[in-house]
Amino acid sequence: MRALRSLLTAGALAATLLAAPAVTPATAAEGAPEPPEQSWSFNGIFGSYDLAAAQRGLQVYAEVCSNCHSLNLLHYRDLAGIGLTPEQVKAFASQFTVPQGLDDQGNPKDGPATPADKFRAPFPNEKAARAANNGALPPDLSLIVNAREGHANYIYAILNGYADPPAGFKMQDGMNYNKYFPGHQIAMPQPLHDGQVTYTDGTPTNIAQMAHDVVTFLDWAANPEMVERKQMGIRVVLFLVFMTGLTYAVKRKIWSNVH
Amino acid sequence: MAGLTKSDFKNPVVNWIDTRLPVFTMLQKEYGVFPTPRNFNYLWNFGALAMVNLVIMIATGIFLAMNYQPNTLLAFDSVQRIMRDVNFGWLIRYVHQNGASMFFIVTYIHIFRGMYYGSYKAPRELLWMLGVVILLIMMATAFMGYVLPWGQMSYWGATVITNLFSAFPWIGPKIVTLLWGGFAVDQPTLNRFFSLHYLLPFVLVGVIFLHIAALHITGSNNPLGIDVKTPQDTLPFHPYYTIKDSVGICVYLIVFAIFVFFFPNMLGDPNNFIPANPLQTPADIVPEWYFLPYYAILRSVPNKLLGVCLMFASILVLLVLPWLDTSRVRSARFRPIYRQLIWLWVLAVVTLGVCGANKPEGIWVVLSRVATLYYFLHFLVILPLLGKIERPLPLPESISRAVTGKGGGPLPTGAAATMEKP
Repeated sequence: MRALRSLLTAGALAATLLAAPAVTPATAAEGAPEPPEQSWSFNGIFGSYDLAAAQRGLQVYAEVCSNCHSLNLLHYRDLAGIGLTPEQVKAFASQFTVPQGLDDQGNPKDGPATPADKFRAPFPNEKAARAANNGALPPDLSLIVNAREGHANYIYAILNGYADPPAGFKMQDGMNYNKYFPGHQIAMPQPLHDGQVTYTDGTPTNIAQMAHDVVTFLDWAANPEMVERKQMGIRVVLFLVFMTGLTYAVKRKIWSNVH
Repeated sequence: MAGLTKSDFKNPVVNWIDTRLPVFTMLQKEYGVFPTPRNFNYLWNFGALAMVNLVIMIATGIFLAMNYQPNTLLAFDSVQRIMRDVNFGWLIRYVHQNGASMFFIVTYIHIFRGMYYGSYKAPRELLWMLGVVILLIMMATAFMGYVLPWGQMSYWGATVITNLFSAFPWIGPKIVTLLWGGFAVDQPTLNRFFSLHYLLPFVLVGVIFLHIAALHITGSNNPLGIDVKTPQDTLPFHPYYTIKDSVGICVYLIVFAIFVFFFPNMLGDPNNFIPANPLQTPADIVPEWYFLPYYAILRSVPNKLLGVCLMFASILVLLVLPWLDTSRVRSARFRPIYRQLIWLWVLAVVTLGVCGANKPEGIWVVLSRVATLYYFLHFLVILPLLGKIERPLPLPESISRAVTGKGGGPLPTGAAATMEKP
């Protein structure tokens, strides 16, 4: 009993230590409201990616976001992770022209991308990206969901958060008002508009739907191992619980002649 | 005098080795029949847990180093390559990343146990001091490891922490230049941090060996804090404590696995998913959670040099703890006042941790100052005085009497360990 109490104390101490960073205010969203909680297919320990949504999200990325935002950490072959067949991956990759080393004369050569290629970036370098975007640099989206406080909810809120500035709010030149962006002035113009893309599966293309799909896609892009990880985790934890029970039973048996 | 050891092992191969190099005899003595107080509670698991954690960190670290590039242009992407393209790379990396947090959770509980039950008191002062050295090396290793992924918080954390040394007059800037290998955190910094991050864990192994060697000279403390007097007070380490530690290891692995598989980035900072950019400072530079209390002490003082000194002092004061605590009773169980105040100290540390996570404004400044004050007051004033004024409760005659309720109760054959000095 005494041992149990000590263990509880230790647990409480550990919990307090863990709670310390959890009480950190969402500093990134300072001066902006908390992004509302959305229900995501990938939430929770049993969550996995809604592949249809992720594939629609890929379409939104390819047709809208990729005009300015790179996805440098991804290769076309990775798209197998959201359920594309090898043929679909090949077909998707081949629409893009990417550098393919040197030709026989030593001149740089371009050609259609293969599954082994990295996603084509919209700009050759940071300077070119800034020059084309009023001095602002569109961030790479490979890890964007992990790299922002609020994660998927925040990205979704930004995509849906465009509005007219309140009366008296001073906007800088070329900036756009967004309810959820820290400071409310974002360089990115509203990227999504109703009916901007045409889904092949007939899903309505309003802003909320497209934002939901593209955020699902981007969350997968940032955490491509998530489904495998959670599934392995469930098996590992179940095994360890079984192992703990077994070990504890052996412990009781061994100690039974001492107590 | 040279000569072969007389070995009792029956197996001829084991016997042949043992007579020439008595490792089996040593293991049998130190981990087989080693007389261990019979009244350990589960808090005595945490030393073994820390050991397991170190092994996990070294094992995963070796595989990470096979794929990591200590180059400012490649480091960030090479870590992401591990996460995406290396077989089970995500698992190895998340175990290593969360293993650092687990290491500190386990070590902090281990330290708390030592403080609560007075494990640092005579004759275990040196054992305790070696433990403080281990903590310092651990902190240095963790700090340098956090720099390696070369994210925004890696870079700016490294900048802020190394810059602390510049507070020391005259020598300070020279130390900082030496740490950086230049005039800013850059390629040479990353290179030397990688090198040292690989080296220090093995230094840690050496100091931990001394820590355990010292433990096996004095023997373990126990929840009653009284000395082992008769063989009835002890049990052989194996199987009693090997199995009890195994239970603890299983529970520890469950907690570890929950972090790794379900919340791998919960204790991390989103900013570290952005590649290091020397031209753009993040809105808040916050260290990893296990450094937050020290960070709060640092920021609670308006003077930089004084803040840095206090921060270092907050750990170095532990080195002299055996002499600051004047009470001769070890266990808090028999110290009615200390038993309350130690929790106040824990509260001060947790408060400092919360303060460290928040911007030093308003209430957080006041709170961190009060907590810092109590942190040092506890060690420098309360403990020396308390030993003189506190009236401890009567101590039990012996461990076995306290556990069984009778003097040296009946023992199963072979359960009582021999009491030879190792």
